[in-house]
Amino acid sequence: MSTAGTPKIEIRDLHKSFGRNRVLQGVNLTIMPGESVVIIGGSGSGKSVLLKCILGLIHPEQGSIKIDGEEITNLRGSELEAVRRKIGMLFQSAALFDSLNVWENIAFALIQGQGMAREEAQRTAMARLGDVGLRQEVATLYPAELSGGMRKRVGLARAIASQPEIIFFDEPTTGLDPIMGSVIDNLIVKCVKELGATALSITHDMASAKRISSRIAMVFEGKIIWDGSTDEIDQTDNAYVQQFINGRADGPIQMQIQDHFEGHPG
Amino acid sequence: MLSLIQALGRTFLNFLGATGRIALFTAVSLSHCVRPPFYFRLIGRQMVEIGYYSLPVVGLTAIFTGMVLALQSYTGFARFSAESAIPNVVVVSITRELGPVLGGLMVAGRIGAAMAAEIGTMRVTEQIDALTTLATNPFKYLIAPRLIAGLTMLPLLTLVAISIGVFGGYLVSIYKLGFNPTTYITNTIDFLQVQDVLSGLVKAAVFGFIITLMGCYHGYHSRGGAQGVGAATTNAVVSASILILCSNYFITEIFFSR
Ligand SMILES: Nc1ncnc2c1ncn2[C@@H]1O[C@H](COP(=O)(O)OP(=O)(O)OP(=O)(O)O)[C@@H](O)[C@H]1O
Ligand SMILES: [Mg+2]
Repeated sequence: MSTAGTPKIEIRDLHKSFGRNRVLQGVNLTIMPGESVVIIGGSGSGKSVLLKCILGLIHPEQGSIKIDGEEITNLRGSELEAVRRKIGMLFQSAALFDSLNVWENIAFALIQGQGMAREEAQRTAMARLGDVGLRQEVATLYPAELSGGMRKRVGLARAIASQPEIIFFDEPTTGLDPIMGSVIDNLIVKCVKELGATALSITHDMASAKRISSRIAMVFEGKIIWDGSTDEIDQTDNAYVQQFINGRADGPIQMQIQDHFEGHPG
Repeated sequence: MLSLIQALGRTFLNFLGATGRIALFTAVSLSHCVRPPFYFRLIGRQMVEIGYYSLPVVGLTAIFTGMVLALQSYTGFARFSAESAIPNVVVVSITRELGPVLGGLMVAGRIGAAMAAEIGTMRVTEQIDALTTLATNPFKYLIAPRLIAGLTMLPLLTLVAISIGVFGGYLVSIYKLGFNPTTYITNTIDFLQVQDVLSGLVKAAVFGFIITLMGCYHGYHSRGGAQGVGAATTNAVVSASILILCSNYFITEIFFSR
């Protein structure tokens, strides 16, 4: 972990429940500028909810979130918008605007947020499209005409188009073939290096996690139960992490699965 | 007995809660309608969608309403030999009531449903969240353009509906009931007052606001996938229709009771 300076993102004791479903139960996480952190954890453990809390899309019940030292949980309106301008987000479902074509999607923050002229924004969007490995002809298609992996890549291009200081990637390589997965991983590494951006990613793919991160944090039962540099993760003696990265069904993490085949006559 | 009171109480509280939420939503939406930035491109697109593409539906509704109105009044009025009042009845009912109300109800079915479905889909597929993270306020980008378009286009649509409706009455009166064209037209024009037209247009503007507001409100608050969007669509049309009929009474009372 880096030492001096204000953390880019600082989360303290964050709690969030949906009704009786207690999703986050005291998350603590500090991310320094220029770091690339990957969050791992079981499906439904609240990783996406954590990102949405930082973006102010979901309001936590308790806890503090600071970006560049500024507390954001009680911000409203234009102050919150100013914070959001620093952040780019790739949604797990890509969440492209289906009334806009591909290049208009990518250029959205440039045109609406920065007031860039349409021609210039289109040129920038085309460059980003090339970065994520899509052909130029795709630019005028609509999201409904794309495959799942293509949508993901357009979402990625949209997240990085405005060159934000902080980028969140929610499962950037899910649904991509292995080669395209590596291309995207390299792109994320490049963004962090060249833009000097701080990245926070979620992934289930350990190979990808190791390629893009300098640090890995694991969420379990609403808390960060392990947090360390990427090189250390293979040597850890934490049983939860070991089970997760090796993908074993037996271990301290118990999946709630009922055996439906029991009792059925063959 | 106790459970009945409980159920009543709960319904009443839910009703109060919903009213509060809608009032808040309306206030926020209106504040975004009058504050820059304005998305003129989006306002224009919505105006075309609401104003231009509703013309066939509203026109057909109006012409048949006007025609049937002339026919019905004739069968009624012939008994009192008051046939000469038909032009007056047609123009006043179309201008004050049938034009704005039937036009509003048809547009509620067409536009209110489409808006609720579109915004609802954007909600459940996280597009509204994406909009927010791209530092664009969904009220400004999605809702204000629709409200502005509804408020301005419905009066125009209603003017068209009134003209077509009166023309429908004219057609039936001339070609079926044997009226004299010149007398019919003079009667129509002489009888119509500014206040009639004004009340029709005010109603239309209010209905346009109600339709788009309900479409946006139910779409914006929809949840739970395709099923939720379906429910939002139904709620948008039903609530808009009922609110149109209620507010119609009160606007009429303001204009014509003394
Ligand atoms: N808007 C919401 N309303 C109610 N419950 C929600 C909502 N969003 C998430 N949840 C609940 O929060 C929990 C965590 O969801 P989340 O999407 O963060 O999981 P995740 O860790 O991202 O999983 P995955 O790896 O499958 O994407 C789930 O149990 C989910 O049911
Ligand atoms: Mg997720």
